[in-house]
Amino acid sequence: MRVPLSWLAEYVDLLPGSTPEDVHAALVKVGLEEEAIHRFELSGPIVVGQVLEFVEEPQSNGKTIRWCQVDVGEANGGVRGIVCGAHNFAPGDKVVVTLPGAVLPGPFPIAARKTYGHVSDGMIASGRELGLNDEHAGILVLSTLGLDPEVGSDAITLLGLDDAAVEVNVTPDRGYAFSIRGIAREYAHATGAAFRDPVSQVDADALADGFPLVISDDAPVRGNVGASVFVARAVEGVDATRPTPPWLAARLRLAGIRSLSLPVDITNYVMLEFGQPIHGYDLDKLSGGITVRRAQPGEKLTTLDGVERELHPEDLLITDDSGAIGLAGVMGGAETEMSGTTTRVLVEAANFDPVSIARTARRHKLPSEASRRFERGVDPAVAEAAAARVVQLLERLAGGHAVPLGARIHNEVAPQPIALAEGYVARLIGVDYGEAEVERTLTAIGADVAKTDAGFSVTPPSWRPDLIDAATLAEEVARVGGYDRIPSVIPVAPPGRGLTREQQLRRQAAWALAGSGLTEVVAMPFVTAAQNNAFGSPTGEPVPAVKLANALDARVPFLRTSLLPGLLDIAQRNLSRGLTDLAIYELGLVFRPVAGVRYGVDGLPIGNARPDEATLAALNASIPPQPRYAAGLFLGNASPKQPGHAAVAAGLSDALAAVRTLGASVGVEIHVRQGAHASLHPGRTAELFVQTAGGEENVGYAGELLPALAAELDLPRVVAVFEADLGKLIAASPEQLEVAPISSFPAATQDLSLVVPRDLPAADVLRAVVEGAGALLEHAQLVDDYRGQGVPADAKSLTFALRFRAADRTLTAAEASEAKLDGAALAGERFGATVRE
Amino acid sequence: MSDSPELNEESVRAAVAAALAAVAAADDSAALKDVRAQHLGEHSPLARLNGQLRSVPNDQKATLGKLVGAARGQVNQAFAAKEAEISAAEERAQLAAEAVDVTAVAVPGRVGARHPLSLIQEKVSDIFIGMGWEIAEGPELENEWFNFDALNFDEDHPARAMQDTFFVEPVDSHLVLRTHTSPVQVRSLLERELPVYIVAPGRVFRTDEIDATHLPVFSQIEGLAVDKGLTMAHLRGTLEHFARVMFGDEAKIRLRPNYFPFTEPSAELDVWHPSAKGGARWIEWGGCGMINANVLRAAGVDPEVYTGFAFGMGLERTLQFRNELSDMRDFLEGDLRFSHAFGMVV
Repeated sequence: MRVPLSWLAEYVDLLPGSTPEDVHAALVKVGLEEEAIHRFELSGPIVVGQVLEFVEEPQSNGKTIRWCQVDVGEANGGVRGIVCGAHNFAPGDKVVVTLPGAVLPGPFPIAARKTYGHVSDGMIASGRELGLNDEHAGILVLSTLGLDPEVGSDAITLLGLDDAAVEVNVTPDRGYAFSIRGIAREYAHATGAAFRDPVSQVDADALADGFPLVISDDAPVRGNVGASVFVARAVEGVDATRPTPPWLAARLRLAGIRSLSLPVDITNYVMLEFGQPIHGYDLDKLSGGITVRRAQPGEKLTTLDGVERELHPEDLLITDDSGAIGLAGVMGGAETEMSGTTTRVLVEAANFDPVSIARTARRHKLPSEASRRFERGVDPAVAEAAAARVVQLLERLAGGHAVPLGARIHNEVAPQPIALAEGYVARLIGVDYGEAEVERTLTAIGADVAKTDAGFSVTPPSWRPDLIDAATLAEEVARVGGYDRIPSVIPVAPPGRGLTREQQLRRQAAWALAGSGLTEVVAMPFVTAAQNNAFGSPTGEPVPAVKLANALDARVPFLRTSLLPGLLDIAQRNLSRGLTDLAIYELGLVFRPVAGVRYGVDGLPIGNARPDEATLAALNASIPPQPRYAAGLFLGNASPKQPGHAAVAAGLSDALAAVRTLGASVGVEIHVRQGAHASLHPGRTAELFVQTAGGEENVGYAGELLPALAAELDLPRVVAVFEADLGKLIAASPEQLEVAPISSFPAATQDLSLVVPRDLPAADVLRAVVEGAGALLEHAQLVDDYRGQGVPADAKSLTFALRFRAADRTLTAAEASEAKLDGAALAGERFGATVRE
Repeated sequence: MSDSPELNEESVRAAVAAALAAVAAADDSAALKDVRAQHLGEHSPLARLNGQLRSVPNDQKATLGKLVGAARGQVNQAFAAKEAEISAAEERAQLAAEAVDVTAVAVPGRVGARHPLSLIQEKVSDIFIGMGWEIAEGPELENEWFNFDALNFDEDHPARAMQDTFFVEPVDSHLVLRTHTSPVQVRSLLERELPVYIVAPGRVFRTDEIDATHLPVFSQIEGLAVDKGLTMAHLRGTLEHFARVMFGDEAKIRLRPNYFPFTEPSAELDVWHPSAKGGARWIEWGGCGMINANVLRAAGVDPEVYTGFAFGMGLERTLQFRNELSDMRDFLEGDLRFSHAFGMVV
């Protein structure tokens, strides 16, 4: 809402010397957030001049200019020679002259300059050049505005161009503040200045009847009749061609509304002043009376913006005998709109159901000044006064005269009193307001406050439909009293339990990965179906995924089922920016609907009561699982070339190292076996699994990207990735570990080389050795994989470094050897492994 | 042993002199090794003189034995001293040879970094954990009831339309990407025992086109306290403490009246940022208020018995003015340089 200060000052006394910034500050205090300050961006000298005479001089470019002698008054240098390109004036006309030194909006500085063979000592301005209106067919002739000012007087004040407007953001609960009336009242609350209600300055009770008017709502939205108040007043003898006076045009302009024609400007002016949307009909274009009703199926209406609209049975209409003539509270129809030839005007000031208007405005994507106000609630008691104000202005400015024709329906229910318990406000806000202050403040905002045994009975004013319970009244007391009076007290929470185990382990995972050299990134969760299918399942088959109904980018309408598409996007972006060595990771939620499950709910329970257990369970079950994954990506060099150190290329080993770190960080060992994944290298894919009470559980994959896929993504051939379900890892992590005592007896170390088939995974051999060697084996590490001379062509020799130790004695070499051979024996039994001497 | 001189004072002195001269002449450990063989070994002159003690008459044994023993001691001592001296010199030489330019030593591997959003989430969470609060979480894909209805957003309320919500197909399934972290308020009140003191950091979604000041995916932290006797003064106290820990002891806060469906009274929260670039100033930080009775009712909490307050702020925005970040897009682009600008500390 933009509020011209001259207008505001009509209804409340601004503090002396108030700047727009001061007014803003006052309004912010009571909850109207500052947005901007608007001014006519011009400065003088801009004065009234009188054209004394001119000579028309045709130019070689085909134009004819006028070389004018203009009297701008003694104080401004008397008669000046000015070149003018317009032709809509005659000698004797008074015009607006911008003298050298003036600046017009643009900024467009004015100087004496040589043009068309003359020195033009200033400029004669048009309405548009001044920023007053859109008129640019000719210069502004002041007599057309009904003005006959003194030559040489200041044109800036004459035209109201010295005014400024403050723009404030009106929150959705305060519809009444979408008006000068409402803002003036709020300014009064903020400063204590006297408020003069514009409603009291018109005769709202003028009798008018006889116009046929029916409200017939056979399909109320959510039980509310579409129109509760409808006031119609007729005015005749209107001259719609009269110019809009500059003060009115200037105020509309500052308020952000274009000046269209005098009658329309007046309806807009009153809407801004009272907050009551007004519609003016050309009475001669109406067929019969007005009926307010819902649209019929298939009914159409061409609105003022020239668009033909298919109506919905929930749309509330203004109709006459010819059919729909307006979308109630949203926009009028083209058929009955006022024009330059209109002489008889029917003024409509009505109150429409906020929900009905909001739905219609949304449905037709037609947010208007009117609908914005109705959606937030218009004071139902102001319609008569607003209509009277329009009539008054049509009489004063447009030559009209009120006739007794009109109609009035007023079915608005009076606001209900609210019980406000004694001390409630102080208890909620934490400020010891006396009961006197509570009563004074609520009275000041317009409420009727009656003392009761338990406190007060407060009847809110008609313009405050947002005041519905004691808390809303408490807010009024707090905000008018000033939030800065609220003291600072730190509440004492009961002893907390810190992070949950899962939260703690997640943090550890994030830190461990960063500590091992990976960089954390955050990706957008929006992907294509192809990306989900490539990484959402190892088979590459289509995976169930959640699709957005209103994606910002139609190319990526799905929610991710894997973090890897996001990491690949980020890898591409870094590569394109010349960052070629990457080790990145993300921890985040993925969206994993289960095939065949229908998510969502058919209807929603009401919001202000706890749903029953079954309903709550249904609400909780209505959303797809959203597990938290951890994923990483490596490409380029793991370690750059340095003096005495060759570059180390990143690859699968980096991914597996990160997986090991990830597991360790959450207290679980992640095992690896040869795996298959449609988007990963067939020979370089590791399936990740953990041991749980229920057996082995898959937790994800690590591998190198399929080279063809890497090429398609413009990535280098080797891109190593991993992805694991962090939630599953944490679930597999034992809550409390049991740790064996640490033996301090000496260790015995021995190597064991086993010849095994080439395609046998080393991990299987290792497991057999560990199992076979028994409790004395403390640690085993694969140290060599040898193929070649001395080993059969279809075999390989795996060497393990083994460390043996006993808990209770120094182990002899014989004991260690025996354990080692037991390990070898089990590997032999399982896989035919033979010891290589 | 025919070539050995006779054992007497003179021959011992000669052998000692020769040995000491050889020790003195040795200048590396190889030379010293030769000296050891020649003058201290079992075939050395002193050893052989020593061997003659067996055939010396008994009355001279004590005298000569003492003489030879002293001589061997003297030589051994000289040898040990020389050995230490050479060993030290050689160690020094080796250390000198091993010197490298420490600024050019290869440092393999990488240094990682956290994302600043994660860091600030942890930082903020820790501030509240320090006050005894707990961390609550909720799903990002949420049922509309939790995102709106339970938070007192009527289905036709303008505020609901203003939230720029991402809806999921089919739209009548009533699933949305949560537009704020506030659904966690209701979930926490439904799931936890009263009183409840929680903060809920997390990602939220709005259909805003990406530009330098808007992201369709961003992060908030939500605070919620529901207890007996909580007032707006407790809200102010909590926020003031939070602001001081985040922005320094000079920080202060300002509450301005505002409107949110889920709080009544509601306030906009400004923070006085003492070290803001271009001078200390007020910065819009978030929204807050006393929990609307309808929200408590939705969670089955009796508003006649309990009151509460809630607050929420954008974490990107917090980082933006705290760390002078100019372009919000950096949060989602994954450029290594962005995370590395913070490293592991925010």
